[in-house]
Amino acid sequence: MSVRHSLLAILDAGPMHGYGLKTEFEAATGDVWPLNVGQVYTTLGRLERDGLATSVADAEGQRTYAITEAGRAELRQWFGTPVSREVVPRQELAIKLVMAMRSGPEVVSEVVQRQRIATVRSLQEFTRMKATAEADGGLAWLLMLDAFVFQAESEARWLDLCEARLAARQAEPGHRTGSGDRATAGPVQPEPLPERSI
Amino acid sequence: MAILEVDRACKVFGSGEVRVTALDDVSLSVEPGEFVAIMGPSGSGKSTLLHLAGGLDQPTSGRVLLGGRDLASLNAASLAHVLRRQIGFVFQSFNLLGSLTAAENIALPLELDGVRPRKAMAAARSLLESIGLLAVADRFPGGLSGGEQQRVAIARAVIGGRSLLLADEPTGALDSLSGELVMTLLTQRCAAGCAVVLVTHDVRHAAWADRVVFLRDGRLADEVMPQAGPEGLLYPGRA
Repeated sequence: MSVRHSLLAILDAGPMHGYGLKTEFEAATGDVWPLNVGQVYTTLGRLERDGLATSVADAEGQRTYAITEAGRAELRQWFGTPVSREVVPRQELAIKLVMAMRSGPEVVSEVVQRQRIATVRSLQEFTRMKATAEADGGLAWLLMLDAFVFQAESEARWLDLCEARLAARQAEPGHRTGSGDRATAGPVQPEPLPERSI
Repeated sequence: MAILEVDRACKVFGSGEVRVTALDDVSLSVEPGEFVAIMGPSGSGKSTLLHLAGGLDQPTSGRVLLGGRDLASLNAASLAHVLRRQIGFVFQSFNLLGSLTAAENIALPLELDGVRPRKAMAAARSLLESIGLLAVADRFPGGLSGGEQQRVAIARAVIGGRSLLLADEPTGALDSLSGELVMTLLTQRCAAGCAVVLVTHDVRHAAWADRVVFLRDGRLADEVMPQAGPEGLLYPGRA
């Protein structure tokens, strides 16, 4: 998540105080990513240093920040650049499954089943929250919830595929089930992981 | 009392070498106003279960009760009557009659039940209005989007106060937003007291249900009910 670009995007609508930026950011993202006010001022300091924002102090010393032309150009570039998959850090489940394969198919099956229940439960909750968001009319929050829904869906579908692959592999002639597999055949080779956010 | 009760149902197709157990000792109880989704890989028994629930097929063993009545105890005429009055079906293909307008399609089941045409049309229009589709009442299916056609098909399935709606992949042919509108409508029908059983491959749509049941190889594998509150989901550690 780029705090720097998010602050520029908020400033693009008009000048604002540091604290206002913090509350505006949190409101827009449904308080999912709380910012501490220190982080906001550090980032604003860097934006000023890089010529992307300017500030003026009022009589009480409170500073109002505004975006510059260079800041607008930077913002346009951010919007125009796709997010790299490499910055998505949540590979823990994939790693857990690959490790579970070393312990045998029963363990993989258990991991898949438990994870799927948790994922579907999350999906149910996000869906309920969407109904509320829809009623409230807030589009930004609705879009965020859609993103969570699709991420959870992709995880659930990936789990289905893992399970189907495992079942197909176990049904192959000559396949021996159970963790005894490992002693004779060595570690089970994992299928290549799909290149997607999980 | 449960509107639908499937009690230890088994369904076997064929015999001997080609014997296939499509459903193996599955029980499912659905209360009025409840929304249940059935998921599972192809061949796991989802559609078989839906067919048994809708009286389109009979279990090899076990019972199916609709509003407390064992479907096997009814003769053909009363079975047809009970199914027509209580159950609505929705499929992936909308199956609307192309020569009738949206309102006429919805009014048709009432007319088949003996309601006079004018009264049936008034009921159809009132239902269309309640689901925000009155504007399409006089249009023919060919002039409606896929999502609109499916919502009209759902209205046709629930008209006349049917208490159970069985939906087999109703969003399969729709884009994401149209699919959501269909799911919203199903949820609204549940709130109005109609029970919905949805068979779907799409976990995103299954998540709209109160309960998600997973079938695998004809058996009930998992059942998911909502548990974690939103706090636990979005703000782990802060809940």
